Amino acid sequence: MDYSRRNGNSRWSVNLAMLKIEPRPQPSRLMGYLSPLIAVGLTLVTGIIFSILVGLNPLSAFYAFFIAPIDDLYGLGELGVKAAPLMLIAVGLAIGFRSNVWNIGAEGQLTFGAICGGGLALYFYQVEGAWVMPLIILAGAIGGMLWASIPAFLRTRFNTNEILVSLMLNYVAIFLLSYLVHDPWRDPDGFNFPESRLFSDSALLPIVLQGTRLHLGLVIAVIAVVLGWVFVRKSFVGYQMQVAGLADLAALYAGFKRKSMVWIGLLVGGAAAGVAGVCEVAGPIGQLLPSVSPGYGYAAIIVAFVGRLHPVGILFASLLMSLLYLGGEAAQMDLGLPSAITGVFQGVLLFYLLAADLFINFKLKLTTPVAKAAAREALP
Amino acid sequence: MAQRDRTAVEPRLALSGITKIYPTVIANDNVNLKVYPGEIHAVLGENGAGKSTLMKIIYGVTKPDRGEIIWQGKPVEIARPAEARRLGIGMVFQHFSLFETLTVAQNIALGVDQEFDLEKLSAQISEVSHNYGLPLDPKRMVHSLSVGERQRVEIVRCLLQKPRLLIMDEPTSVLTPQAVRTLFDTLRRLAQEGCSILYISHKLEEIRELCHSATVMRGGRVTAEADPQQETASSLARMMIGRELPVCEHGTARQGGAARLVISGLSRPADDPFGTDLRDINLQVNGGEIVGIAGISGNGQQELLLTLSGERPLNRRDAAAIKIDGHDVGHLGASARRDLGLTFVPEERLGRGAVPPMSLSENSLLTGHRSGMVRFGLIKANKVKEFAEKCVKNFDVRCGGVHAAAKSLSGGNLQKFIVGREILQKPNVLIAAQPTWGVDVGAAAVIRQELIDLRNQGLAVLVISEELEELFEICDRIVVIANGRLSPIKATADTNMEEIGMWMSGLFPEEREQPVVRESGHA
Repeated sequence: MDYSRRNGNSRWSVNLAMLKIEPRPQPSRLMGYLSPLIAVGLTLVTGIIFSILVGLNPLSAFYAFFIAPIDDLYGLGELGVKAAPLMLIAVGLAIGFRSNVWNIGAEGQLTFGAICGGGLALYFYQVEGAWVMPLIILAGAIGGMLWASIPAFLRTRFNTNEILVSLMLNYVAIFLLSYLVHDPWRDPDGFNFPESRLFSDSALLPIVLQGTRLHLGLVIAVIAVVLGWVFVRKSFVGYQMQVAGLADLAALYAGFKRKSMVWIGLLVGGAAAGVAGVCEVAGPIGQLLPSVSPGYGYAAIIVAFVGRLHPVGILFASLLMSLLYLGGEAAQMDLGLPSAITGVFQGVLLFYLLAADLFINFKLKLTTPVAKAAAREALP
Repeated sequence: MAQRDRTAVEPRLALSGITKIYPTVIANDNVNLKVYPGEIHAVLGENGAGKSTLMKIIYGVTKPDRGEIIWQGKPVEIARPAEARRLGIGMVFQHFSLFETLTVAQNIALGVDQEFDLEKLSAQISEVSHNYGLPLDPKRMVHSLSVGERQRVEIVRCLLQKPRLLIMDEPTSVLTPQAVRTLFDTLRRLAQEGCSILYISHKLEEIRELCHSATVMRGGRVTAEADPQQETASSLARMMIGRELPVCEHGTARQGGAARLVISGLSRPADDPFGTDLRDINLQVNGGEIVGIAGISGNGQQELLLTLSGERPLNRRDAAAIKIDGHDVGHLGASARRDLGLTFVPEERLGRGAVPPMSLSENSLLTGHRSGMVRFGLIKANKVKEFAEKCVKNFDVRCGGVHAAAKSLSGGNLQKFIVGREILQKPNVLIAAQPTWGVDVGAAAVIRQELIDLRNQGLAVLVISEELEELFEICDRIVVIANGRLSPIKATADTNMEEIGMWMSGLFPEEREQPVVRESGHA
């Protein structure tokens, strides 16, 4: 079901001086699956060149970046800790992306989910009980959906662009959280630091692997991958959304309801992001801070595309992206590189992926000036 | 003109040994073809015979693997359509290449290789389109044009460039008999002016009437060269399909079927300022009959079809304007109407009737999901595959199997698949728009026979077509749509092509008021 979206049966071609890009009649399926691997390979090569340029030994840099962070159990646990939110959000986003619902607001939905779940955890900070934690996760999901319902409503009612609305709402949610931890929800015993109280143990996610910080969030994310796979491959609603994504008029012709697909696409993405947010604050963080995510909501967009919008692909892509986060942190500590290194690698990876996709759908041809001359000559 | 001394004149275009091999099929196998100045040369063949590929090679869209193109005595390589145009080759595609969000003039401007002035160009468009009897308003947006009108844009676009070779890919399938006459006059005049014309068609009578010579293709090869005026339609058909032409068995309609589709007092202003308002449409289609709606494209067919299919439902208070088996359905969407037993074959195949990159299997699910393919919200893959296989088998869809992408099929084969999919769902009412447009004669006969069989099973069938021959072949009653209103309905036996053709231009008797005669196409 891996359809190349950018490959219409377009009859156009673009001329770049002597180079010509023209659509391939039948894009290769195999290359479609291989292109993420090609992109990863090229990213590595770029990393090696980069490390040589800044005067590092490429081998030791490679080791420090990609191997050292995960060469023990704790490191592997950290890999899961970072992969969990990426996986969860990307699976949710992919469902919308497949039907051309472009939710760029996962970061805000994550934050608002964290606010709702975290707010509930603060409310119950003296309450013990096994029901607290599930309730908090539910609150996170609802929070994420509420935040996503704003672009969904505006799109279905007023035909606004969900990309802009969801993106702008990210900043609203982040500043809302910042306001809450700076004033109303600030820890009264916290020496005026902008932090909330620590959550009670009942509100925290259990650790699933002793000796690490790996928490229940990864289990939730893996379950989401399985559900996502069933939805995409087996469910009729998933099929309808795919049709709407590929051919709007065909969806209208068959009588599929476009509006409900916009709603489903945004709400599923919002719920996933909201749960990811609450799993962060009730997991590794344990309280509300002014910032609860190192850009997971944005990175998950890259994860979704590197994973070919397919849940299984997303599973692997999230591990890769998580490794980039860990490697970036290690590079700061061991190699003295700036923190922007993570973002650089994310960007390079996406760049190569898009480039690889272009060459799957189009081929580069050298235009022969001879043919042109011949054609002109034939004119009387 | 027709019988010139061929050896004395240099061919305008000569192809020798053209071969084009695609991964799965040899589209052209050592094809030779010569077209002389002022000659109208037919290229005949079934779908998939390789006609379109050959034309694309001449027009520089596709590159041949082997072989030579000789233009006025000089070997050329045509790498791009722009080069073909520079040589003086124009082409009217079967599938149009127009930008929907631009006006007619802007679209035509895109094909002009030199600098231009849009105002002057618009004036030129109006002039040329009028001279050749193909009225067009240069300021109209293309998305509001019907198929027939879009074709006019393509034709006018070519004519503006004063081509010396014009390739026409099935041009008449969307025209009225009168408009076909005009087009033929246009083409004959062009030929007299010295322009060569490659005329691709499977309408044998037209070819016999119009063309000076014919090349027949089958399975990628040239199987015969003929002088169409010396042949009969059936001898040409034999050359083309390699066997006798199947004939539809019509029989008489059963009388007194219950009213299954009833349209009463349907009026609706167009959404689009250039669209056609539907005005007081009344029509009843009974079980056991085929009713045909004839008309020149752009007279309200699109609006009527969207309203009937449920893609653009009416307001709730107009619910009773459309009834299916007695249920008010005017306000219902496409899905709810299909639940009541309506199926619909749309005019556009790729992108509306089928999702281009999806497989035939997945495309069966598009509307076939009511036939037990979904349980508890999950897709039953084996049922879907069974349905698709049955459809491919029963309707002789030539494809690489049910996993082939819809866009990989030729237009005619995809049409067979879509018609098959809509028929296999055992509908109560079937609406078909242009059911055999671009479909070769053999397959068209199969589709028509299927429609007749459905009628014999007691279904109500409504066919909207611009091909009068087809309507006269299969319909029991016939009605004309012009300017968004319907003519009186007539039993096919009680009327003839001349009368219907006249009505198509808006001149039909009416009970209440004299119709305002307005030229179609807003000229």
